[in-house]
Amino acid sequence: MSIAIKAENISKAYQLGEIGTGTLSRDIERWISKVRGKGDPFLKIGEINDRTQKGNSDIVWSLKDINFEIERGDAVGIIGRNGAGKSTLLKILSRVTSPTKGLIKGNGRVASLLEVGTGFHPELTGRDNIYLNGAILGMRKYEISKKFDEIIDFAGVERYINTPVKRYSSGMYVRLAFAVAAHLESEILIVDEVLAVGDAEFQSKCLGKMGEVSKGEGRTVLFVSHNMGAVSQLCKKGILLNSGKILDSGKVNKVLEAYNNINKSASLVYENYKVGNCGIMYVKIQNEDKTSIFTFDNEIKIYLKVNSDQANFSYHIGIAIYDQWNRKLFTTVSKVKNEKVGAKDFLAVIPKNLLLSGKYSIDVSTFMPNGGVYDYKKNVSDFEIADYTSPMAIYGNADVGAINVPCQWLEI
Amino acid sequence: MTKKVEVSAEPVGDYSTHQWEITSQRSLFDLKLKDTWEYRDLLWLLVRRDFVSFYKQTILGPLWFFIQPLFTTIIYTFVFGMAGIGTDSLPRPLFYMAGITAWNYFADCITKTSTVFKDNSNIFGKVYFPRLIMPLSIVISNLVRFGVQLLLFLAMMLFYYVQGAKVEPNSYIVLFPVVVLLMAMLGLGLGMIVSALTTKYRDLAFLVTFGVQLVMYASAVIIPLSSTPTKYKWLIQANPMAVLIETFRYGFLGKGTFSWDAFLYASAFTLITLSSGTIIFNKVEKNFVDTI
Repeated sequence: MSIAIKAENISKAYQLGEIGTGTLSRDIERWISKVRGKGDPFLKIGEINDRTQKGNSDIVWSLKDINFEIERGDAVGIIGRNGAGKSTLLKILSRVTSPTKGLIKGNGRVASLLEVGTGFHPELTGRDNIYLNGAILGMRKYEISKKFDEIIDFAGVERYINTPVKRYSSGMYVRLAFAVAAHLESEILIVDEVLAVGDAEFQSKCLGKMGEVSKGEGRTVLFVSHNMGAVSQLCKKGILLNSGKILDSGKVNKVLEAYNNINKSASLVYENYKVGNCGIMYVKIQNEDKTSIFTFDNEIKIYLKVNSDQANFSYHIGIAIYDQWNRKLFTTVSKVKNEKVGAKDFLAVIPKNLLLSGKYSIDVSTFMPNGGVYDYKKNVSDFEIADYTSPMAIYGNADVGAINVPCQWLEI
Repeated sequence: MTKKVEVSAEPVGDYSTHQWEITSQRSLFDLKLKDTWEYRDLLWLLVRRDFVSFYKQTILGPLWFFIQPLFTTIIYTFVFGMAGIGTDSLPRPLFYMAGITAWNYFADCITKTSTVFKDNSNIFGKVYFPRLIMPLSIVISNLVRFGVQLLLFLAMMLFYYVQGAKVEPNSYIVLFPVVVLLMAMLGLGLGMIVSALTTKYRDLAFLVTFGVQLVMYASAVIIPLSSTPTKYKWLIQANPMAVLIETFRYGFLGKGTFSWDAFLYASAFTLITLSSGTIIFNKVEKNFVDTI
């Protein structure tokens, strides 16, 4: 396989704070040290870019010594938290800005899509804007003419093609803009999170088109997104950036897992040992990595400990599951026959392939069916599901509900 | 209803034909003129965009191109007529119209080019194309406007000729295309220098707007070189725009000052400005997104 893009030691420094006052004196200082044969005084004091920590200098390395190779025909997902350097990397690859250090070599025409509808002019008609936008993205006029009908069909705005785009609904605007970009004839396609706009139907259409581009036509695709479902569906390989460095790269599933790990915090454990009869002493939701983030195809294990002051005593224990909007999804209950005094351990398992991506919280209680409540702990623990594999994963953050139900679909 | 789209599965282009490199260091003289040529279609589409969007939703449409020079001419005729400033014995309105038409073109080129990075920062920040395309499109768009205003000037010339005024075009009129080209190049060159500097220091943008107005008075638009006090003649002649406007008037109206020495000087000045402007523009272009 030949190489489409090879990056060697790419670094990019940014200056924080205001640019303007002090720039002139800084430029003079820089120039003097350059003349005297010394390095740039403002680049040396740079540090790792972590936006959550206060730094000592106002130069920050958005990318630091990035090395990677991308083979032609690969679809590569670039993931990372906000501020990890994803957009900077894309900007450098699409030549919007240049690296502070390093070298990138590439083979093939590059088309980059950091934003849909760049250069659209509101006063011009859809037709004029297709030509203008196509030309800005690097197409020749005859290439656009050749694809013109295809573009209009894909966008589905045939009726409005001679209307100024300022009269378009925002959805139509985005459709038209993406359609132009999707029909670029380039060997390498660089796509930023432009799919965050548009309705779910159009989003999946765009994903489909991008999948076609990489699988069917053998083009190289670089894709940055926070929609992990889309990344895992579209990309075979991934690059994980964190604080301007490559933390992991390779097979997309491995990289997505690594991404989850940097996001993880240790799971919350509820503990209270001074309780009365049937009091809840302990609640823990944890996977093998001792965190509370599960993937869609994991079983969710809830560990409980309940006190008992009486032997041969019966009660019920129940867990209620809420989603992130505090909607109660379901309740699960078990009947307990307590034989001896002391703490009793339980494990409740929520089956895998049930809960879709999102944050969930639980209530735990011990009670008698038509009697009193012994203990009720509201919002006692929570967990999170990361979903790359369910049929709903591609819809990203759209509200598709919380539960995956494998319904039957027949064509009749 | 949207139809099912047949996706063409054409073979993808040859990877090896488009080899590229991105580095932090780039030669000062790598002006990417070949890239710019590849994007020539974009240049024409941008010119078209400027022209079409200019008169969209206006009643008078392209007529607006006429109104500004016409009114300026009327005002100058009154104001400077009262002051009794010489016009090389040409009809006063015709004299001013000639100067204004030529000067406007240069002034538009330089002021619009000088804000090119600021005005297009959202496009430049999102997609790469040779940045030189933008200032070039400005200069060509303004050429359309200049052409329309030139028609007005020619109509006025004809009017005075029929009236029997002494309007005598001479053979130097063949220099006209060269004069226009030089004005475009000078405006482009100076504008690019300013635009490159304004990405960091916005102060210069203010300087340009009123600087251009001031320099107009030293560009033989209002006071012909022949009426300039001898003491200051060298100063006016050092201004290439004064030389170009005198040449323009000399060719069309037969009055004014023309010398080959001055003309060659203006040409050399323009070429040097344009080359340094292009070099500076290209140097700033690659990183300006970070500072604008």
